[in-house]
Amino acid sequence: MHGFYIYAITAILLFCLGLWGLAFHRNLLRKIVALNVMAGGVFLFFISIANPDQSGEVDPVPQAMVLTGIVVAISLTAFALCLARRIHEKTGQNELDTSCSIEDGDG
Amino acid sequence: MNLNFWLPLLVLCSSLFAGLIIFMLDESRSRLRTALNLFAAAFKVVAVHYMAYRLLVHGEMHQVGFSMGLGFEFLIKVDFLSLMFLALSSNLWLVTTLYAVGYLEGSPNRSRFFGFFSLCVTASTGIAMAGNLITFFIFYEFLTLTTYPLVVHRETRQALEAGRNYLWYTIGGGSVLFVGIVWLHVLAGPFNFTDTGVLEALDPAHYSTLVIIFALLIAGLGVKAALVPLHGWLPVAMVAPAPVSALLHAVAVVKAGAFGIVRVVFDVYDREFAAGLGLLEPLAIVAAVTIIFGSVRALMQTDLKKRLAYSTVSQVSYITLGAAILAPFSTVAAIVHLVHQGIMKITLFFCAGNIAETLGLHSVRDMGGVGRRMPVTAICFTVAAFGMIGVPPVAGFVSKWYLGLGGMDAGLEWVVGIMVLSSMLNAAYFLPVVKTIWFKHAQKKWRTKHSGRFEAPLTLLLPALATASMSLLAGLWAGWTWSPLGIAEQIAAGMGALP
Amino acid sequence: MESLLVLVPLAAAMGSFLAPGRGIASWGFLTSLAIPALAAGTAMDVYQHGARRISLGGWAEPLGIHLHMDGLSVIFLIMTALVGALISIYSAFFFKRDTARHFWPLWLLMWAALNSLFMVSDIFNAYVVLELVTICAAALAVLSGKTESLQAGLRYLMVAMAGSLAFLLGVGFLYAETGMLDMFMLSWELQGGPVAAAAFGLMTTGLVMKSALLPFHFWLPPAHGEAPAPVSALLSALVIKGSFFLLLRLWVGVFEPAGITSHAAYVLGCLGVLAVLWGSYQALIQPRLKLIIAYSSVAQVGYLFLMFPLLCTVPEAPWAEKAWAGGTYQAISHGLAKAALFLAAGNLILSTGTDRIHYMKNIASRLPMTTFTLGLAGISLMGLPPSGGFVAKWMFMQAILESGQWWWAVAPVLGGLLTAGYVFRILGYAFLLAEKEPRMLPVPFVLEKIPLILALCSILIGFRAEEIIFLLQEHMLWAIEVEGDS
Repeated sequence: MHGFYIYAITAILLFCLGLWGLAFHRNLLRKIVALNVMAGGVFLFFISIANPDQSGEVDPVPQAMVLTGIVVAISLTAFALCLARRIHEKTGQNELDTSCSIEDGDG
Repeated sequence: MNLNFWLPLLVLCSSLFAGLIIFMLDESRSRLRTALNLFAAAFKVVAVHYMAYRLLVHGEMHQVGFSMGLGFEFLIKVDFLSLMFLALSSNLWLVTTLYAVGYLEGSPNRSRFFGFFSLCVTASTGIAMAGNLITFFIFYEFLTLTTYPLVVHRETRQALEAGRNYLWYTIGGGSVLFVGIVWLHVLAGPFNFTDTGVLEALDPAHYSTLVIIFALLIAGLGVKAALVPLHGWLPVAMVAPAPVSALLHAVAVVKAGAFGIVRVVFDVYDREFAAGLGLLEPLAIVAAVTIIFGSVRALMQTDLKKRLAYSTVSQVSYITLGAAILAPFSTVAAIVHLVHQGIMKITLFFCAGNIAETLGLHSVRDMGGVGRRMPVTAICFTVAAFGMIGVPPVAGFVSKWYLGLGGMDAGLEWVVGIMVLSSMLNAAYFLPVVKTIWFKHAQKKWRTKHSGRFEAPLTLLLPALATASMSLLAGLWAGWTWSPLGIAEQIAAGMGALP
Repeated sequence: MESLLVLVPLAAAMGSFLAPGRGIASWGFLTSLAIPALAAGTAMDVYQHGARRISLGGWAEPLGIHLHMDGLSVIFLIMTALVGALISIYSAFFFKRDTARHFWPLWLLMWAALNSLFMVSDIFNAYVVLELVTICAAALAVLSGKTESLQAGLRYLMVAMAGSLAFLLGVGFLYAETGMLDMFMLSWELQGGPVAAAAFGLMTTGLVMKSALLPFHFWLPPAHGEAPAPVSALLSALVIKGSFFLLLRLWVGVFEPAGITSHAAYVLGCLGVLAVLWGSYQALIQPRLKLIIAYSSVAQVGYLFLMFPLLCTVPEAPWAEKAWAGGTYQAISHGLAKAALFLAAGNLILSTGTDRIHYMKNIASRLPMTTFTLGLAGISLMGLPPSGGFVAKWMFMQAILESGQWWWAVAPVLGGLLTAGYVFRILGYAFLLAEKEPRMLPVPFVLEKIPLILALCSILIGFRAEEIIFLLQEHMLWAIEVEGDS
């Protein structure tokens, strides 16, 4: 049971760390990495609940969920990176504009 | 599925469909548009009168309704009071359509104008026939929406300003009314206008809440009925074209507010119960203040239309005053003045519009010589103005007479005082106009647009003539059973107010 | 039939991805024919026989994937089918070929995901389809490829991803506590307690971020304002409703029986009221039509959150039916009206090349149909009768006054006034005479009619509420619990 808490608490800490990073870093790449840290925390939590009492029997369901989750996270990360690169190409910046444009919309 | 079911729907749909079809018509097809408009209006008049015949002679109830679930019921039900308002609005719609066709000839965006014009009449028809507060509210707000494009029709900055003003007043009033209606439903459950004693049967612990709800309802309706201090939108909205002002003042908006107040006092709260809660006296005082205030402000105006607008503020409150006095005669006066004020005021607006259109005159001071140049218009104006003052035998006299009698009956002598004062003020702002028209000479050259056989286009002249004769006839034949007064007496008798 | 609701758009998405030829829009046409029919069929079924569950592939309870259909899901399915089909037809005429190649697969995939979201019965699957919706929505939002839309899209993506991760962590907490994922098994098993409360907090926060409730609304206006018109319509009308639907289902189905919602419900209610006021105020001062409409979404979503304090604070509340009816009606009529508004704004941009409201002078006589659409949809948003928005406001107001929580009345009353303010600000410009005749292009016939139909629908649903209320009353999701699983 002891090990479970270590994993679970680490997982939560990772999640919070990632959230903090997402909120306070301005650099896009860092933000995306922070999201992945959050995701890592969540996955670690799932792994830790698969086998809470460190016995030989492992619950397969959370592991299956982690696999799905990783696939989702990877695709989202890829898409986010792609967008970040396009933004860098277009504006030369790797930060998000905080203001909202008042230029004309295009349809 | 019989006539009792279809007739109210037909009355409602005649103008609704006319409006919707007109929206789709091309701007250039003015003949078709006019024909459609007049046909729909005439059809509605016939249908309303047939319905009146069935109700008055055979006692058939016309009713349509469906439930939305959870006590939300859409109900159209024609009673005597509805009929009164219906007859007024359908007849005046016909004449106003004729007038508007002549007035707007050749101006842009006529499809839009006539479309909304028809929808606006649909709304006031719906208000007349609404069988419960929800249905009333639905059409009441529909009226707000359909009159806005009419007010801003000229598309000038001034018109838009007036439109915005109008909206803030009416939509604000609408939301106050909405809160009041919902609250009443939560307390008393769903009920119709014809159910009696619903509120009286409530736990007396709720009576104080009922007072608050009454205040909310009256405040919401008072915006459209132009009770002081909620009247601010009315004079500003005069920038609208003359037929719109005529419609707004005589049939649609202002009258809808007054009609709503009558409904709330008579059918929702019941007069005796409302009097028991001590609600009627404050309402009567507000109405009296409005009457005097409107007349005094009217005195100060030099623009004819503005003067008429303030006169409306004052005259419509006779209805509220009549409703707020617990006496049989004043009930009759309130109901009959719904009609009388409508036909007299619409005549005045038609004439003012005629004069402005044909001779380009707006200010009262410039109107010398109009009597000679436009005798028919001047006669109509004079008749209606005398009616407003309360000179017998024009219709206005009947209302004032009954109102005074009611005040005496209820032991409120100050009402008579108000009537006398108000009539003097009415005379003070109408007689100078009449005098200028007939006895003064023209001061400058007129900008005459019209040159024809008659003094003005017939489409502008006939409506004024028709409504002027209506006001005269309603006064002369007031004793007839089916005159407005006769029916008003029947309604009052139905409520147990008259023997 | 239920699985077809997911399979058909999924297959069409694949088809349009693999065969992006000249007739790519026909994939969309076919789907928009099929889905409304399927949704109507499902609705009839639920209307007649009550709520039901289907095990996909015949797998039994804990292992298999289930679809759950009740009144609530059917109503959302129908709304999505109607709005989606009309927007699809609009898009077929709106997008040029190179954009259409990207639009159709994404939108059809999102349609499949939305449909399955409304039928989902298992919280992990809910996570998966929610992510599918998110990624499609973010990709659609950047469709124009402009810098602003890229930035808005990325911001949306990151917020949504963070929200999803919070939701997923909550799923983990619930699984750790109960060992179950199925919502309707959870609703019996879940007891209160710190772990359940933590899961509740995480899942709520995650979904609230995705639904753009007040403190998390910042991503919405740029994302919806910069996207092409049909995409804005889809995002505002449907995507936000997806995460709201899940939130509602979780609260009422899972957490309310466990008794951990009462305080949080007040918080959500307060945020909802603030969202109504702030969103409407922002809409009043925006210089561009699409931004006005986008901020109006922030406000309108706020109304939906009034459902929580009305439903989840007092068990078996007598006013619950009215709150349900109000919330559902608000969701539907907002979906229809908002889609109509965005599409009308799209027409305006097609015609005049801009959506700044200062340049909108005199469109009332030049684009009467579009102005009319703006007006009709505005009526529904304001909650003026006769419209779906009015029924929503009426039901909400009754529930509010009956519950004695009168302070919520601020939202419908003041919110309605502010809404009137921005709607008539738009219409006011529309009626203003232009000093010089601006250049205006004609708008194709179909593009003018589709928004009008949507706006008319948002009005017309105000005339007939009985069936919808019946669906909600008789077949709300917990009705099935009493009968036991079928």
